[in-house]
Amino acid sequence: MSYTKRVDGRAFDELRPMSVKVGVLENALGSCLFQMGKTKVLAGVYGPRQLYPRFLRNPEKGTVRCFYNMYSFSVSDRKRPGPGRREKELSEKIAQALEPAVMLEKFPDAVVDVFVEIIQADAGTRCASICAASTALADAGMPMKDIVSSVAMGKIGDKICADIDKYEEDYEGGATDIPIAFMPRTGEITLLQLDGEISPEDLKKAISVGREKVKEIYEKQKEALTAKYKGDKQ
Amino acid sequence: MKTNVKKQILELAQQGKRIDDRAFDEFRPVSIEYDISVNAEGSAMVSLGNTKVNAGVKMDVAEPYPDSPNKGNLMVGLELSPIAAPQFEPGPPSIDSIEISRVIDRGVREANAVNFEKLCIKEGELVWQVFIDEYAIDSDGNVLDAGAIAAIAALANTKLPKLDEENKVDYKEKNSKKLELRNVPLACTVVKIENFLLVDPNSKEEEVADSKLTITMSEHGIHGIQKGNGVLTEQEIAECITLAKKATDKLRKQLKLK
Repeated sequence: MSYTKRVDGRAFDELRPMSVKVGVLENALGSCLFQMGKTKVLAGVYGPRQLYPRFLRNPEKGTVRCFYNMYSFSVSDRKRPGPGRREKELSEKIAQALEPAVMLEKFPDAVVDVFVEIIQADAGTRCASICAASTALADAGMPMKDIVSSVAMGKIGDKICADIDKYEEDYEGGATDIPIAFMPRTGEITLLQLDGEISPEDLKKAISVGREKVKEIYEKQKEALTAKYKGDKQ
Repeated sequence: MKTNVKKQILELAQQGKRIDDRAFDEFRPVSIEYDISVNAEGSAMVSLGNTKVNAGVKMDVAEPYPDSPNKGNLMVGLELSPIAAPQFEPGPPSIDSIEISRVIDRGVREANAVNFEKLCIKEGELVWQVFIDEYAIDSDGNVLDAGAIAAIAALANTKLPKLDEENKVDYKEKNSKKLELRNVPLACTVVKIENFLLVDPNSKEEEVADSKLTITMSEHGIHGIQKGNGVLTEQEIAECITLAKKATDKLRKQLKLK
């Protein structure tokens, strides 16, 4: 089925309007409010701090934990509060997407906790979470090799699309979700999931479009961080 | 550390002052940002000083409770999310979070903040169910009072969703019918530190408090009381009520509800 035009009029490789703010919380060491279209995510970072229970500690390197929390009112049909199987899996995937960017050897035995709150959801929440979380980690002054930038790629009908929204995710003509995260400086991939049906060629195309598009997100993340430290009003 | 903070708070109190330059009967500055989440029927972020709470209202239809066949259902939950403070831990709701939720719930319910009878669709069979879900995102003490304001703000911001012919909720169709606020209950927490009574404690004051009392009031009177730790004399409770009345009356006038 041919998907000829995106519902919000975007080009197939065009991202939704983005807004990135850092230092939005008082208590968290680092924080970021990240908005991509109607998807709105708040991330807060605590640590490095002592990890309990003790047997989880790694004397070689630190640990990054993530807790993805979807607000009950972030979606049309109220989501029951508390983490279900989906939230637990996403928390784990987000932590794994962030870990390669953090210099874990700098804080053996300790843990860095990243809390992600989904305030408003219009698809792509795990990607927005990764963007918010990695920016919050940088805001916290964590030693890092790079910021992680992530985009929800998809094959909607017969088209490879960047930053798919809820309408596209539910597209009747077939939708394949491909959330991807990169460390843009090296181009290394830290998250890749796929759900749907796609040819190897199309997947390669989706990844290469994703690699280009995250550069735009990366610039916004860096802008927000430099703006804070230059003392600009955000 | 704790004793130093207490000493400082007490020295200032003897001069009629507080560590954040407030009067004893004064709430910290309140600000409200509405429509923080479009999929909610109503939503708001409330700041009470540096304490911040996100609140949202979701509405659905359900069977009424047997003891209130002609009234809508209400459920309030507030999570002390670990993003809000280093001492808040992930996991199932803590006892503090359950207590805060229940005190806010009773305030909204007992003060008839909304007309629950108007939320009846078919007596004994179908009523509106109002979920107020709240999440602390930054805690500098007294999340309860901030949560009570946020609950009212989110309710004031609520538009009823549409019902289709089969009495199913259609969330895609936005209705312009607002949920009408009838009454504005506000919670006021007073702490006692030695012989001083302070309204709306910040985290430092909360930590060294000897006792605590929360009073929920509307223009019609007192709707709920919750004593925390410690002891209070009858005289002190009367003083707390006087302080709470003055503080909530002033705050109610300042609030910009929409």
